[in-house]
Amino acid sequence: MALDIDKRETDSSWMVKAKGDVDLYTSPALRGVILKLLAKGDKALGVDLSEVLYMDSSGVATLVEGLKVANNAKTGFFLTAPSESVMKVLQLARLDAVFEIRNSV
Amino acid sequence: MANVNDYVIEVRDLVVKYGERTVLDGINFRVPRGQTFVILGGSGCGKSTLLRNIVGLMRPHSGRIFINGQDFTAMNDRGRIAVRKKMGVCFQGSALFNSMTVGDNVALPLREHTKLEESTIEIMTKIKLELVGLGGFEDFMPAELSGGMKKRAGLARAMAMDPEIICYDEPSAGLDPIVAAGLDALIRKMQHTFNLTSIVVTHEMSSVELIADTVCMLKDGRIVEMGDMGRLRASSHPFVQQFLDRRPDEEGEGGSEYLRSLTGGD
Repeated sequence: MALDIDKRETDSSWMVKAKGDVDLYTSPALRGVILKLLAKGDKALGVDLSEVLYMDSSGVATLVEGLKVANNAKTGFFLTAPSESVMKVLQLARLDAVFEIRNSV
Repeated sequence: MANVNDYVIEVRDLVVKYGERTVLDGINFRVPRGQTFVILGGSGCGKSTLLRNIVGLMRPHSGRIFINGQDFTAMNDRGRIAVRKKMGVCFQGSALFNSMTVGDNVALPLREHTKLEESTIEIMTKIKLELVGLGGFEDFMPAELSGGMKKRAGLARAMAMDPEIICYDEPSAGLDPIVAAGLDALIRKMQHTFNLTSIVVTHEMSSVELIADTVCMLKDGRIVEMGDMGRLRASSHPFVQQFLDRRPDEEGEGGSEYLRSLTGGD
């Protein structure tokens, strides 16, 4: 399944919404959007995962890389409303406590 | 009941021969998505050969193997490679490249088969090693690992591409019971988290009890029983009972037959 990526700006942050599957073939596109927005360095970045049906470890690695870049730039980075399947993967990788996870967008 | 499309693997009338010798003779089964299917049997019964056919390392004499509904046995090499990218294989001897670090072993399939950035691959490699309890060992050489650690590194490499199907050849053979139980728990956890379909070749009954949804018992290249552990325990087949009870074979040949087998005389 394909991945749709939308981005919008709020007063305090950039929001990236991923919709579909984040896997070996689609995660580079998500990585590109996240790193490009973080490179602006002006606002925190949130990734809305509420409509991600499947995420593999390349998707998790993409989020980890985003967090690392944000931390280095002293910008906020958070995940919102991860679906149950995404949450399971984050828990398996013991990353659920590493990311700031918000329940709603 | 599973929909026909939910069967990730289907084996139909599979016959495999080594020369004139028939090793697998009319094997039929199908594996629903997300299940752990255990191939059980004594040494030399054909279970590793069956696994090698499922992962495409051998072509059968006759019969078909369908992966996600596609006839794997009829595909050309290019098609088979594409299907194999969705499979991970955890080899009996780990099959790590001794000249590479553990991290490079795990990263190898990602570097060879994907266009992911190196930074992504490095994080994925560390995640996989953490999952198998080898966090921080990415710069070690395989020779510096114990047998159990090598098995786990092999599993991390098998999972590198986030496969839909993972095949294990004797995953807990040669491991102490605690390490073996840890590996069994990991197999189960991976199955539940990623809805992985697993094929496990083993003769370790303690592992089978923990991980199997369905058990297929082979003898002399044929399926003698198939079902969950309850069905296996209730089976009246003499070999199944002997296997579960760990009873040795009866003394077979009489003196004269034994002499004939040694001398080749009539």
